[in-house]
Amino acid sequence: MDLNKMDLNAPHSMGTTIIGVTYNGGVVLGADSRTSTGVYVANRASDKITQLTDNVYVCRSGSAADSQIVSDYVRYFLHQHTIQLGQPATVKVAANLVRLISYNNKNMLQTGLIVGGWDKYEGGKIYGIPLGGTIIEQPFAIGGSGSSYLYGFFDQAWKEGMTKDEAEQLVVKAVSLAIARDGASGGVVRTVIINSEGVTRNFYPGDKLPLWHEELEPQNSLLDILNTTSPEPMNI
Amino acid sequence: MSRSAVDVPPKGGFSFDLCRRNDMLAKKGLQPPSFLKTGTTIVGLIFQDGVILGADTRATEGPIVADKNCEKIHYMAPNIYCCGAGTAADTEAVTDMVSSQLQLHRYHTGRESRVVTALTLLKKHLFNYQGHVSAALVLGGVDITGPHLHTIYPHGSTDTLPFATMGSGSLAAMAMFESKYKEGLTREEGVNLVVEAICSGIFNDLGSGSNVDVCVITKGHKEYLRNHLLPNPRTFVNPKGFSFPKKTEVLLTKITPLKEKVEVIEGGDAMEE
Repeated sequence: MDLNKMDLNAPHSMGTTIIGVTYNGGVVLGADSRTSTGVYVANRASDKITQLTDNVYVCRSGSAADSQIVSDYVRYFLHQHTIQLGQPATVKVAANLVRLISYNNKNMLQTGLIVGGWDKYEGGKIYGIPLGGTIIEQPFAIGGSGSSYLYGFFDQAWKEGMTKDEAEQLVVKAVSLAIARDGASGGVVRTVIINSEGVTRNFYPGDKLPLWHEELEPQNSLLDILNTTSPEPMNI
Repeated sequence: MSRSAVDVPPKGGFSFDLCRRNDMLAKKGLQPPSFLKTGTTIVGLIFQDGVILGADTRATEGPIVADKNCEKIHYMAPNIYCCGAGTAADTEAVTDMVSSQLQLHRYHTGRESRVVTALTLLKKHLFNYQGHVSAALVLGGVDITGPHLHTIYPHGSTDTLPFATMGSGSLAAMAMFESKYKEGLTREEGVNLVVEAICSGIFNDLGSGSNVDVCVITKGHKEYLRNHLLPNPRTFVNPKGFSFPKKTEVLLTKITPLKEKVEVIEGGDAMEE
């Protein structure tokens, strides 16, 4: 192994796959769960879909420290905004705050974010805020290192007016495809579904994801079978 | 248009110009002064009624073991402790500073400190210094909302986990946790697993060594087990002890008398103003 790459003091970055998709009635956000320092997986179960308000979430990519500080500030501003307004903040306001901070501090930050949520004025909305701090309203947005493997797939598979289940299945499929090809993405798939009903969080463990080209079925270690008296290898 | 985007100086925060200069000089071959680094194994886990933190006790300065029995589990609040890896001075300073802020906050509110408060204060400080304060921390404690365990990286990112390792021995320690950790460990099982993880760092990582410190925090109670395990005792100790009977030998005695005091007589014009 290349020990020069084993720098545990390297900035924590999220080689990531993050996705936001609008559907008929709301949005689905999705992300993998790998956080790495160089070649070491520092956290294999991280949560990159962060809550900003009751009805707005953000998918984070890039430097973990930068994306956390940006979302912490935005959550704080939105909290004040919600109290002053006396009603929930809109997705547009949330995304615009993310943009403001990303743009004003563009020299200091290394983070791309996807803001998604639902509000009573505009329904489900997705905003992409990439590196320079621009803001783009999109029917679907993909980000992180894994997104390069997904552009073609989304051009082909995304359809206007999908149902909630269709959209979530698309997101899970896309993240698992990216996990299969992108070394910096991995672990589990997390999704967040936001619509007029509220928010649903889902979790798809890494050994229950679909298998793609040349992937093998997860197997129990031979060591586990040898060490146990039980015939079922996983019942230790 | 595009020029201004590059040339505008950053509005807030600190200036790291000198850090960039130092990096440049280091690249050109200048030897920067070295600091006391704790090449370290520090760990923490959540068990059925609280949090257990663990650390080795070796401090290194390059290849030299500078301290064979240092303390790496720092006090933050009566119910919160914090393990530190990285530059010893930085971990010590940052934990001391935040523990003072927490004490003042307790005087102000009259309530027990929360782990998230410590977490936010630490991460804010580390983020402000953009990774130049090299403190990698494992923060653990039990508050009104239950047991909490966090890792904090020098750049200010944080993770929340049921078990965590940090420092140069983190890989060795994480191997033990990944193979043996399960939910709802008893106190004894938890301490044993923490000791096993630290020992795996001590024996397999060059930067870690000496003894095992453990800190068990439960609701309303904590137990700091300094030198819980001593897996590296002195193998040979002279039963007679060592003595240096000759004291300091005088090799030469030479006394140089002070020179006579010389009077300077003022003469000529006084110096012009």
